[in-house]
Amino acid sequence: MSYELFNNKTRAFVYGMQPRACQGMLDFDFICKREVPSVAGVIYPFGGQFVTKMYWGTKETLLPVYQEVAKAAAKHPDVDVVVNFASSRSVYSSTMELLEYPQFKTIAIIAEGVPERRAREILHKAQKKGVTIIGPATVGGIKPGCFKIGNTGGMMDNIVSSKLYRPGSVAYVSKSGGMSNELNNIIAQTTDGVYEGVAIGGDRYPGTTFIDHILRYQADPKCKIIVLLGEVGGVEEYRVIDAIKKGIITKPIVAWAIGTCASMFKTEVQFGHAGSMANSDMETAIAKNAAMKAAGIFVPETFEDLPELLNKVYKDLVNQGTITPAAEPDVPKIPIDYSWAQELGLIRKPASFISTISDDRGQELVYAGIPISEVFKEDIGVGGVMSLLWFRRRLPSYATKFLEMVLMLTADHGPAVSGAMNTIITTRAGKDLISSLVAGLLTIGTRFGGALDGAATEFTSAFDKGWSPRQFVDTMRKQNKLIPGIGHKVKSRNNPDFRVELVKDFVHKNFPTTALLDYALAVEEVTTSKKDNLILNVDGAIAVSFVDLMRSCGAFSADEVEDYLKNGVLNGLFVLGRSIGLIAHHLDQKRLRTGLYRHPWDDITYLVGEETVSKSQGRTRVEVDAQSETAARVKAGN
Amino acid sequence: MSAKSIREADGKALLSYFLPKSPVFSENEPKTLFQQGSTPKLAQLNFESGSNAAAIEEVLSRAEKEYPWLLTPGAKFVAKPDQLIKRRGKSGLLALNKTWAEAKEWVAQRAGKPQQVEHVVGALTNFLVEPFVPHEQQHEYYINIHSVREGDWILFYHEGGVDVGDVDAKASKFLMPIDIENEYPTNQQIASALFQHVPADQRDVLVDFVNRLYAVYVDLQFTYLEINPLVVIPTKDGAEVHYLDLAGKLDQTAEFECGPKWAIARAPVNLGRQVLVQQTTVDNGPPMEFPAPFGRELTSEEAYIAELDSKTGASLKLTVLNAEGRIWTLVAGGGASVVYADAIASAGYADELANYGEYSGAPNEVQTYEYAKTVLDLMTRGSPVADGKVLFIGGGIANFTQVGSTFKGIIRAFRDYKTALHAHKVRIYVRRGGPNWQEGLRLIKNAGEELDLPMEIYGPDMHVSGIVPLALKGKRPEGVKPFGGDSHSLI
Repeated sequence: MSYELFNNKTRAFVYGMQPRACQGMLDFDFICKREVPSVAGVIYPFGGQFVTKMYWGTKETLLPVYQEVAKAAAKHPDVDVVVNFASSRSVYSSTMELLEYPQFKTIAIIAEGVPERRAREILHKAQKKGVTIIGPATVGGIKPGCFKIGNTGGMMDNIVSSKLYRPGSVAYVSKSGGMSNELNNIIAQTTDGVYEGVAIGGDRYPGTTFIDHILRYQADPKCKIIVLLGEVGGVEEYRVIDAIKKGIITKPIVAWAIGTCASMFKTEVQFGHAGSMANSDMETAIAKNAAMKAAGIFVPETFEDLPELLNKVYKDLVNQGTITPAAEPDVPKIPIDYSWAQELGLIRKPASFISTISDDRGQELVYAGIPISEVFKEDIGVGGVMSLLWFRRRLPSYATKFLEMVLMLTADHGPAVSGAMNTIITTRAGKDLISSLVAGLLTIGTRFGGALDGAATEFTSAFDKGWSPRQFVDTMRKQNKLIPGIGHKVKSRNNPDFRVELVKDFVHKNFPTTALLDYALAVEEVTTSKKDNLILNVDGAIAVSFVDLMRSCGAFSADEVEDYLKNGVLNGLFVLGRSIGLIAHHLDQKRLRTGLYRHPWDDITYLVGEETVSKSQGRTRVEVDAQSETAARVKAGN
Repeated sequence: MSAKSIREADGKALLSYFLPKSPVFSENEPKTLFQQGSTPKLAQLNFESGSNAAAIEEVLSRAEKEYPWLLTPGAKFVAKPDQLIKRRGKSGLLALNKTWAEAKEWVAQRAGKPQQVEHVVGALTNFLVEPFVPHEQQHEYYINIHSVREGDWILFYHEGGVDVGDVDAKASKFLMPIDIENEYPTNQQIASALFQHVPADQRDVLVDFVNRLYAVYVDLQFTYLEINPLVVIPTKDGAEVHYLDLAGKLDQTAEFECGPKWAIARAPVNLGRQVLVQQTTVDNGPPMEFPAPFGRELTSEEAYIAELDSKTGASLKLTVLNAEGRIWTLVAGGGASVVYADAIASAGYADELANYGEYSGAPNEVQTYEYAKTVLDLMTRGSPVADGKVLFIGGGIANFTQVGSTFKGIIRAFRDYKTALHAHKVRIYVRRGGPNWQEGLRLIKNAGEELDLPMEIYGPDMHVSGIVPLALKGKRPEGVKPFGGDSHSLI
């Protein structure tokens, strides 16, 4: 039928990735007891997705996703509706393309802000091809029991409360999409329900206008009453009046043009819809309402009186026998989406992850309860941010300064140490920044960089046990253990390490107590008396000072201090600080354009053959290997 | 976002730059018969409202540096305000045939001062000074292009000027089709439809000009363009064309297609303008300006909401109709907001309605908060009035806007303005439906109780704007219960 855009077999494509709208359409289909879902597939030119997961009732189903219109059209020749969600920028080109396919008879354009010239080109071409365009700037339309365009009708609870799952006798056409849902509600409350509804969109040039749809409603025998919700601006209501005067439209129409207030304002107001501005007296809502009333349309005194009037018109038709209200089917149930139920506060579930340090969900990023703007306003520095994120609390400024000092002191220690070496070699192998950085970081552990952790542990436990510094040194020697944090390759008591001097100065000047540092310095006195270079090195100084800090700044309980130390916070300091240096080495090598590094043979002592053979006598398998290795070397020698 | 008026100077700059450049659809090889000056001379003078003599003098002396041609000895100029004012001549806002010294004085007398034009009062802040074109009355024409659903009407009348009269009735008309690529008219069709009353020797020039003017109209997505008078002065190999006065509207939604074109035509280099302060812009030229109608300059609040609107996919609109008004609205939806304004007006409170506005298209909590805060701030200014004020928080049954999250934004604004709302004795009426409406209404009900704000709340069983007659006329619909049952009536 030419008057019928949709029936309960209608199949459609959704253009654009709109999972919520698609799901809404499928849910609608499901509660209307459609056999086949109305959405045949999604057309989405971006991304390489081939299916999208949807629900059909409670079961999951897959919708195909096509990158090209041609493929989608060829695969689904039964599809004649496209719901086009393309943006106002791209909707022109996509709709013009869709119009090249004769199988598409109806295209809904959702986007708001389509340029007027483009909208007119679309509607002109569509007219030539006999295609019905709904929109732009609309939510779409709905035909209860048959088909729903995109988000029309709102959520499922509203579809159920406005009885949009089964047809009534009242068809409406409105400009506004938001008000169309209001009409669904009014019609459900005052009559036997909506037969079909279309929102033509609020722009100046909608693809189809009131008259196009009212002519369809006139031709459709199942539609008994027509509701028209017009608006200030444009002259489309007058075309309906003309058709009534010519006797083309005979069904009862209940109508109202909104925007009657415009004439009462002293200045021009551009209302929310682009098209809602009167360019002449004829385009005012008051003139339209008067003209419609004069033409015999049922026009209420105010919009608030429309439900009552509609109810009266409906009752008259029931009394005349034109409308026989159908028996009410059972109210269908629709499963509720998890995310929606959660939003409604109907369900709960334990979360798999917990985070207590930062929150990016609100208006502003928050670090441990402090908004990021506050972080900058108070200028708490990197040390302050570390204290928030690592310890979830503000620390006094000498403490944050100390954290920054540690980062600065540990930032680099030349190219020869193992971390830097690894980074340099990785960089020279052509790897990227992250690989090179990580290669260096992976060397950090008990031997390299780990002195911090070890020193803190050993010094603290000795101190807490009440050992005297000498007792501590003696105990460690008896156990054949080195004291972490003691000793330097070149520096000595007479040739002090300036880094250590800086730490000592700062700590003595600023910290409330320096008990462990003082203890470590006493240990140094013992060790240096044995050998001049067994000084408290920078790692040791930092480690013991850090423990002093945590214990004395008043922000941590004793348990917390122990926990943090056990969880490797000192290693964290070293990793963070040294990352600065490792990145620097990577950038340095890149800058110098150094090539792949290969270590010279003469710097490696090869003992391969002999030792293996001597150690593994009688073991055939190894012997064979060794022999072949030897053979290879002989050959090379030749 | 819709068709918006532009300044005369900007319209002239667009024409001047694009008349020779926009692609012409005419079947015939376009011959350029008409001539226009290579670089347009358009001196735009901007003043602050209420400027003092020194500030005015500074603008004028800066103009002499920016537009050196103003100082050409013996040159004569036209000066006029450029603020979308119609019929300036009749309001004495047109200074013709003046030397720069005279024009300067004329502008200085008016700059920054309030001016009554018909029944609107506004400050004169934007002036245009351009060379005076001496010509004979017989060379003046009227031309207008405007868009309708079926195409673009071209109206032409062989007499132009301020006294042109009712052009709708007497002008020659021609409808340009939508599909100009396939259905563009022949030059003969254009000439016979529009130029019957024009001397035969000028028809070719005019056809050529109309072809090009229409090309610019299409290329730059004008929706309205009127030139009156259009002056065509015959020369020995064609004619000189001058557009002495011009009014135009551009389709703001086409900014993404035409923005670069709108910008480049107005770049200082294409206007022969000396650059005193270098500015970085998105396109090669300043972004197009869409000034508010004369006397309706945006308040800072309106401008703020307009800026929010332009930055989000959601729609946020605010127009202050009467800042002293007692009735304020916070309504969701382009249609519902009009319904509310209608209901308030038809209840007899049009004069008390303080604002028109709407939020829609699923704004998030923060956007709604910013919007609500602006409205609450406006409505709680000044000293409280005896009868108190009314705030309608309305809306239809939303299709996809989250009622819960938008109401959270409004509630946050309530908290900020709690004391002010009490001081101004604001009564609040709420009606809303749509996704999560129960939660939204519950939240606002709790907030109303917590903040001790007098409030009546309804869901979808109340008519969309039913709270308006309820609040203003005490008209309570039968069988409709306030949300949450026991809430007490405010009237």
